[in-house]
Amino acid sequence: MEKIIYADNAATTPVHPLVLQEMLPFFTESYGNASTVYSVGRNNKAAVEKAREQVAKAIGAQTNEIYFTAGGSESDNWAVKGIAKRMAEKGKKHLITTVIEHHAILHTMHALEKDGFEVTYLPVDEYGLVTPNQVEQAIRPDTALVSIMYANNEIGTIEPISEIGEICKKYEVIFHTDAVQAVGSVEIDVVSQNIDLLSMSGHKFGAPKGIGALYIKRGVNPINLIDGGAQEKNRRAGTENVPGIVGIGKAIELATADISNKANKLEKMRDIIIEKVLTLPKSRLNGHPEKRLPGNANFCFEGVEGEGILLKLDYMGICAASGSACTSASLDASHVLLAIGVPIEIAHGSLRISLSENNTEEEAHYIGEKIFEVVTQLRNMSPLWEEIKDI
Amino acid sequence: MYSEKVMDHFMNPRNVGELENANAIGQVGNPTCGDIMKIYLDIKDDVIEDVKFKTFGCGAAIATSSMATEMIKGKTVEEALQLTNKAVMNALDGLPPIKVHCSVLAEQAVKAALSDYYTRQGIDPLPIVGEIKEDVH
Repeated sequence: MEKIIYADNAATTPVHPLVLQEMLPFFTESYGNASTVYSVGRNNKAAVEKAREQVAKAIGAQTNEIYFTAGGSESDNWAVKGIAKRMAEKGKKHLITTVIEHHAILHTMHALEKDGFEVTYLPVDEYGLVTPNQVEQAIRPDTALVSIMYANNEIGTIEPISEIGEICKKYEVIFHTDAVQAVGSVEIDVVSQNIDLLSMSGHKFGAPKGIGALYIKRGVNPINLIDGGAQEKNRRAGTENVPGIVGIGKAIELATADISNKANKLEKMRDIIIEKVLTLPKSRLNGHPEKRLPGNANFCFEGVEGEGILLKLDYMGICAASGSACTSASLDASHVLLAIGVPIEIAHGSLRISLSENNTEEEAHYIGEKIFEVVTQLRNMSPLWEEIKDI
Repeated sequence: MYSEKVMDHFMNPRNVGELENANAIGQVGNPTCGDIMKIYLDIKDDVIEDVKFKTFGCGAAIATSSMATEMIKGKTVEEALQLTNKAVMNALDGLPPIKVHCSVLAEQAVKAALSDYYTRQGIDPLPIVGEIKEDVH
């Protein structure tokens, strides 16, 4: 196989051709500022509002509850810092989250701790699940916000969001979810799930990088993160990224059009890979066996290191990811794998495959076989494998 | 991220394996930091006649082990003692800054094997080889 097999869709996705097509006129023809009245900008306000409607519809929100941002990290920062600072005005300075959040949440929480907020980091079980009961136990009279991710970006575990939403409603605590990995993969309905704020990132589902959105339920009022002009109803300043906004609108419409069919297709391919890979001795699937994103497979292999696996797979045309310390700029092992109890020496040998509709079953078979081959090759030259293989 | 030479030594590592008749073996690193290198030497009349290695670690760890074994094969023990991590790095056309420690580990693995060579002869290796850094992270 000469072509590239892209299996790192949890990292980012290519822009969908139909999305690009919708975006193109807004670069060189209809390039005007969306606030203007003249010809080259006149239709842009309408294009932005159409996209807002598309995003709202995809998650069961009202159009006026969607705010465009520069991406998932900004949405997370705005939701968490904005609510924390708003609720601090009422003396509520306690926040609840989990230990397996994306760094956009964790590092935001750390920043708030320096500002005098108190944060409860809920631990997770061996599958990466937090329970609604844990959330209920952690809520205090001064709790300002609960922020729990919809689905984990590394191990794909889907958290019990509806149940957590219900608890938060019962105690009248604001509930934010980082749904960056979930949008387009699972059905989301912010109303029935009692979600107050929800972060989205366009490039995870076929829109370009640099565009995101935050759903803010009517009546919920985070303090602004970006001050300036009156865009986004005075809540998020900055000239509208019209092509990006048009792109995220079209992309979310396509990504959520037929979720259950798409999920079935992804699950089938994912399970082909899992079945083949787990025939390797001393290998394990990380994350929940069923409550997981349809396109996500995350493995640990004892006796090998993840970067070597990635480099060899890349040589065979397969693009994947690893939670290995050696592939991170900080040389830290994955906080998610450590949180689910994977020993640090095994966390080094992790591999994440994240599929999209662009993949085929033939590719899934190829990926499974090549992972088997590469791990075996690396184990044959590993002194650690020599020591542990017969234990 | 890696030079062509690093990729070449990672994809086609030289001298991989074990030596049954090795008269010096050195191992450094630990699984927690993600790198272990084990080097086997067959030394006759103070000359390294054969060398093999096994490495658990990233691409740079495997490439530096491979290059280090190439650089000491056929050399005298004294010459092998002069091997530095910088020489290994230069031979590989450099390493990314966060991977420099892999070249240090390769140098230490060679030194650990040479220490073993002296120890087996009843000679204290410390004054000759120096202290081995088992963990270079």
